[in-house]
Amino acid sequence: MGSTSSTLLKIPNVEELVQETGFSPAHIIRLYDRFKVLDKEGRGHLCPKDFGAIKELAMNPIRDRIISAFFSPGKETVDFYTFVKIMAHFRPVDKDRPKDPNSPEPINSRSNKLKFAFQLYDQDKDGKISRDELLKVLRDMLGMQVTEEQLESIADRTIQEADLDRDDAISFEEFRKSLEKVNIDHKMSIRFLR
Amino acid sequence: MSNSTYLCLRAVFLVCFIHLLIQGLSADANVVQSPRNRLEPNLTGLPIVTFEWHHVQTPYLVIIWIFVAALAKLSVIELNHHVTSVIPESGMLIIVGFILGGMVWGADKAQTFKLLPTTFFFYLLPQIILDASYFMPNKLFFSNLGAILIYAIFGTCWNAATVGLSLWGCYEAGAMGNLDIGLLQFLLFGSLISAVDPVAVIAVFEEVHVNEVLFILVFGESLLNDGVTVVLYNVFDAFVALGGPRIDATEIFKGIFSFVVVAFGGSFLGVVFAILLSLLTRCTKHIQIIEAGFVFVMGYLAYLTAEMLSLSAILSITFCGVCCQKYVNSNMDEKSVTTVRHAMKVLANGSETMIFLFLGITAIDTEIWVWNTGFILLTLLFMFIYRIIGVFLFTWMLNKFRLVPIEVIDQVVMSYGGLRGAVAYGLAAMLDKEKIPEKNLMISTTLIVVYFTVIIQGITMKPLVQWLKVKRAAHSDLKLVEKVNNRAFDHILAAVEDICGRIGDNWWTRGWNRFEEKYICRILMKPKVRKNKDYLFNIFHKLNLEDAMNYVSEGERQGSLAFIRSDEAANIDFKKQYDSEFADVMPDIMGDMSNYEFGIENVSITSIVKDTIPSISRDIHGQDRKNAVDDINAHHLLQQHLYRSRKHHRHKYSRSHFGINQSEYEVQEIFQRTMRSRLESFKSAKMGVNPAKKITKHHKKDLTHQMSNGHPEGKDHLYGDEAGIENPAFMPDMESPTHSPPWLMETEMDMAVAPSQRAQRRLPWTPNRMRRLAPMRISTCSTDSFLMADVSLTLEEHEEQPQGDNEEM
Repeated sequence: MGSTSSTLLKIPNVEELVQETGFSPAHIIRLYDRFKVLDKEGRGHLCPKDFGAIKELAMNPIRDRIISAFFSPGKETVDFYTFVKIMAHFRPVDKDRPKDPNSPEPINSRSNKLKFAFQLYDQDKDGKISRDELLKVLRDMLGMQVTEEQLESIADRTIQEADLDRDDAISFEEFRKSLEKVNIDHKMSIRFLR
Repeated sequence: MSNSTYLCLRAVFLVCFIHLLIQGLSADANVVQSPRNRLEPNLTGLPIVTFEWHHVQTPYLVIIWIFVAALAKLSVIELNHHVTSVIPESGMLIIVGFILGGMVWGADKAQTFKLLPTTFFFYLLPQIILDASYFMPNKLFFSNLGAILIYAIFGTCWNAATVGLSLWGCYEAGAMGNLDIGLLQFLLFGSLISAVDPVAVIAVFEEVHVNEVLFILVFGESLLNDGVTVVLYNVFDAFVALGGPRIDATEIFKGIFSFVVVAFGGSFLGVVFAILLSLLTRCTKHIQIIEAGFVFVMGYLAYLTAEMLSLSAILSITFCGVCCQKYVNSNMDEKSVTTVRHAMKVLANGSETMIFLFLGITAIDTEIWVWNTGFILLTLLFMFIYRIIGVFLFTWMLNKFRLVPIEVIDQVVMSYGGLRGAVAYGLAAMLDKEKIPEKNLMISTTLIVVYFTVIIQGITMKPLVQWLKVKRAAHSDLKLVEKVNNRAFDHILAAVEDICGRIGDNWWTRGWNRFEEKYICRILMKPKVRKNKDYLFNIFHKLNLEDAMNYVSEGERQGSLAFIRSDEAANIDFKKQYDSEFADVMPDIMGDMSNYEFGIENVSITSIVKDTIPSISRDIHGQDRKNAVDDINAHHLLQQHLYRSRKHHRHKYSRSHFGINQSEYEVQEIFQRTMRSRLESFKSAKMGVNPAKKITKHHKKDLTHQMSNGHPEGKDHLYGDEAGIENPAFMPDMESPTHSPPWLMETEMDMAVAPSQRAQRRLPWTPNRMRRLAPMRISTCSTDSFLMADVSLTLEEHEEQPQGDNEEM
């Protein structure tokens, strides 16, 4: 395993990362090792091709959206810092964190997780999930046998259920409200990142 | 309900029949075996036909009992289906055993048919363990091996010690009255009662679907604790024989050392047999018909050899099955693999049925029952308490080291799931009456414990599991948006897990994988198989096979395979899939859902109908019904068609069916879609997706290589007359969308665009061959949807193509 402190030194901005994301140094080291494995050419940052090389990901219908979520708009590479910050969304929620109203919300809070998910739907980043965007998502996730009319009726129905202000689009607030019964903490957390 | 009264009548009839049968048989079973000489000395004339019962007695009885067991299982399952599914099958089988035992006893006044330990250990148990280990999800098993070992070894020792000592303490305190028993015997009893039984665990957990980690922990523990049980049992048995005074430190050390030898020796022996088995299957290319037999023979040999060497037989056969799975499955012919799987399930099912049946029958025997309230109740109590304490204690220790901690709820289920079963009874029945005067008391107690765990804990397990998960939202209340999002979250999580690479156990798995690739596979697998181990290609191949089968079965249902030629969507008669009751009541839905497919899991419409519309009747206002119908439509659509995430591909261990990856068509669709999007992104965004492209070509090449003898010419017919080798990309006036699914066209065009060096060397490349790529099934149904969804896309492709091609070629 080697000495962890030397690995820690290699990673830039470790204390900042620990502070912001709440990961323990051990986790950051593991993520760093994983980052290096993915970064086959050793350039210090990842590009979409590296994500594409992950074999298991090929079976995921919304793979492309997730991969593009790692890349900020316009950029084509993601460095370790951003990688960890995005992974931090999936850390399990700290249940016994003292509620300090002044400090900023941690990255893995429920609402930030929801924001992450919302961004996956809202590709044009206008803060609303329009009917077309919803259609695209549904098309990605549903089998080929579903016809267009069926798809549209599902999309319409979904919007109808969630859309409270009748603007034919789902804003973040409506999104959040429609999912209040769902246990987001559980569904969007990877346990081994505790 | 006439159905169930019919069943009851049938059951009664069976019972009477069996009763008569058994009466007859048991009366004759007591007849002294006549000499082999058929003809009696004082023969008066030529007998034309004689009744030779004693001639066939033994095999006849065996077969009759197997038959009776099968009938019992049949009636139990029917009962479960129609009347109640509260009691698990194993429990019901025990109850049926009681009835049968009562009949035999009534006929004979003695229990002539009992579960003998030798029968159990040699003929009934091995196939169950082999079945369990052959279908064991290896990855899950080995990644949790540490926890499993801790529970198996230390948990069992803890249970044995505490139960034995507590009982002894209570005996000394006088709670059990006068018994001829000592500390060592209590410890012996403790060791045999503390073993969690794999048969019972499978039987109960099969019907209760808990999460896979929990299941593998309990199940793995039940398999591996045999090593400990055997050792403890033998050690204490020997100590009892030796007597108290002769036990000193050396003996105790020998005991501990024997544990190491027995457990590791047994496992090692199992691995040796697994290697032998894999080597054997590697060489059986020319006698494929008996390949399947080797698996059973070697497995059983592993078991018996370990017994012979007084090592742990269960561990031996477990590791044999676990280690040989992968190699045997890839070496053997597909038909042999199927044969092995089905045969194993049949044998295991049969054995399990017989075990539980006989457990019931054996109870009806006045000879063995000794009732000592204190002993029995205290045993139950201590067993329960110490199990709970043990599980929580060890889990607390484990959670400090585990990456994924075991939750409290899981621990509760684990402690409740410590079921004892036939192994405990078998061990108890093997006790020596001379050395252990209270053998009957122990047998009685063991039986009571077994009944308690299997029946009562079995009945309450499902409600307990459901009750503990009370926080989860009820399934029926989920709105569409929640369903969609839930699934999206599952996919997201699966993706992020893949990106993270499941940190932590990677180093070991990667190292092991590399070692295995280089050395082991070279020895144990057929060379041809090694080459084809490409992961995605294998999936593709399997999917195409499944396709072909579905295609044929659908064709038969439609009357002939000619339906594929019609342009309409294949209309599938819905009534056959669901109860005709609903067909009458909901004609609208039937019409809408005619596009549905074979090959989909049978999600019963009743689950959705019941929840959203409490009582449907023809009096409902037309408007309401229409809205409700749309709603149901949408829900049902989602339920059926949302791609399943990896979480849903559960490794369900089940005795009665194998549905491991029933949704492989989804995988296929996703795969094709991602391939398509990759090709798109290659064309449009010019991101370096070269490796992806190579993969695509590689697969499709292998596929055409394999399929080239199959279909290309035939396919041509179906898709209209396309010219042979001309590049369709350069024929802008093609009416292709109407003749073939657009995405086929798309991939062809791309293939024709820029084959890499490697690609060109491999195969002469014609668009015709590519057509077999997409499965026929997708093309036959809902072709309209493709046209509508993809025609715009294809048109764009058409336009882009010429420029792209000019540059690259």
